Amino acid sequence: MSSGRIIELEGTQFRYADNGWALDIPHLRLGEERVSCIVGPNGSGKSTLLRLAAGMLQPGQGTVRLDGRPLADMPRRAIARRIGFLPQESPPLFDYSVEMVAQMGRYAYVGWTGALAEPDRRAVDRALAAVDMNALRGRRLSHLSGGERRRALIAAVLAQEPGILLLDEPTASLDIHHAAAVMRLLSGPSTDGRAVVIVTHDINLAALFAERILILAKGRIVADGPPRQIVRKAVIRQVYGDEILVSEHPETGEPMIVARK
Amino acid sequence: MRYQTKATALAPYAAALLLALLVLPWVGAERIDLSDVLAYVSGAEDTAAGLIVFRQRIPRIILAMLLGGALSLTGATLQVLFRNPLAEPWTLGVAGGAAIGAFLAQAFPSLHMALGPLNSTQALALLGAAGAMGIVWTLARQGGATTHTLLLAGVTISIVSGGLMMLLIYFISPFQFVTFHRWMIGGLDVVGYREIVSLLALGTPGVLLLGFMAREYNHLAFSEDMALGHGVDVARVQRLTFFGAGLTTAACVAVAGPIGFVGMIVPHIVRRLTGFDYRLVLPCAFLLGGTVLAACDGVARTVIAPTEIPVGVITAVVGGPVFLYLLGRR
Repeated sequence: MSSGRIIELEGTQFRYADNGWALDIPHLRLGEERVSCIVGPNGSGKSTLLRLAAGMLQPGQGTVRLDGRPLADMPRRAIARRIGFLPQESPPLFDYSVEMVAQMGRYAYVGWTGALAEPDRRAVDRALAAVDMNALRGRRLSHLSGGERRRALIAAVLAQEPGILLLDEPTASLDIHHAAAVMRLLSGPSTDGRAVVIVTHDINLAALFAERILILAKGRIVADGPPRQIVRKAVIRQVYGDEILVSEHPETGEPMIVARK
Repeated sequence: MRYQTKATALAPYAAALLLALLVLPWVGAERIDLSDVLAYVSGAEDTAAGLIVFRQRIPRIILAMLLGGALSLTGATLQVLFRNPLAEPWTLGVAGGAAIGAFLAQAFPSLHMALGPLNSTQALALLGAAGAMGIVWTLARQGGATTHTLLLAGVTISIVSGGLMMLLIYFISPFQFVTFHRWMIGGLDVVGYREIVSLLALGTPGVLLLGFMAREYNHLAFSEDMALGHGVDVARVQRLTFFGAGLTTAACVAVAGPIGFVGMIVPHIVRRLTGFDYRLVLPCAFLLGGTVLAACDGVARTVIAPTEIPVGVITAVVGGPVFLYLLGRR
């Protein structure tokens, strides 16, 4: 595994030019826990925060550091060897095969011809095995189910062999069975002990699989800690309104939320 | 489909190009006897047949191959840059912009300058291409513009540039109308090798620049965000693609005028036959584009012989309907 695991945001602000909205993170350390989830209502700045942490966006103010080194000073390929970033799924222009998608994860390691060396092939094989897509490696993306496609994309990020994984809504538009399967995969042995940071809408899945939950509202972190401390009535109602009830998972006792009738 | 390059995928395209190179010199208004050509080659006799083949047809075929190849390769890269499978120098208006520049340089002799194989026609064509590409790029990045709006804007630029050139020509020198008109539609009325040298001088850097980013285009086509995450410097690839596509388009238009649709259709055929790996798509598109345009020019030279039609007419008549078909299917 490559080095690079702790991402620190210091006095980070980001403002979109066209509206008054701004993300404001005075201090944040990511990567110490095995699995962290960033949750929050639509437009709260979850994706923006993740993109800043991944070096995809440059903050207007403040710095983002990876193991103490400012991301702004690092070439893209160097970042890609340390941080695996999975954006929200968007339709590809062409219909690539699962294997080709996984191989794309090796961009930062191979020369300009893209020829894969032995370690690259091994990394791709390991990544495909980790997401259980080896049997489907020759399949085109358009011939996969939503859950399989998501696993293929995760394989590409795993093939990067980063120290930390940042994933933007990896469970979006999946049914509860496949969404839970993706969360199980990301928090399980497949990710090889890497730190995993997941942006999600699903507080219940987050509470079940994450050690740490960050709740974002209007560009600010309003709660940060273990699920049992964070997913509580007062916090949840402050962010999502009064129409929400907090309950308990029947098996694990982790908090979960449901809407009021 | 594997990510590894398979050089064998290139072989059929290379064979087709070679075949075209062997067959097309015999195609044309004038019947050519092999013995006359051989006499010319051996230096025994300066036969008319030899002159036609070596001073007219072969340079023209080579020029068509280079043009078709460059336009097709450029089209394939623009399709990724704009995430639009119908993009190419003409439908994006880049060729139209380049044509205005090239036209101005030729219509006003006082603007004419040359530096070896490079000249002011190419410089102004480059400027025009950059202007047109700037307009469509701004439109594309505003977010509101859909795939179709973009093409509408591009085709409009091409049509407006055609109209502007017509207007200017009537003001400046109506007696040059016929010459210019053939160039405006895209024609290859060349004799000798001067145009080839001038095309190579400006076009080669463009083609190489685009060609060396083949792997990056795979990532970009998949998703710009994914590409960034994988370590691709997306902004740099976009900038260089702009520059490279501008260079090749300007180089082509300066020599032969705006030739439409080749750059759109050829990459489609290649992706259908060979897959989506741009490390194969780009060289294959270059080879097939060369074959296709040289063949179109062969048709243009013979279909109403002894009169020749500008090759742009053939590509428009064949390519236009395909464009509409693909537009409707999306």
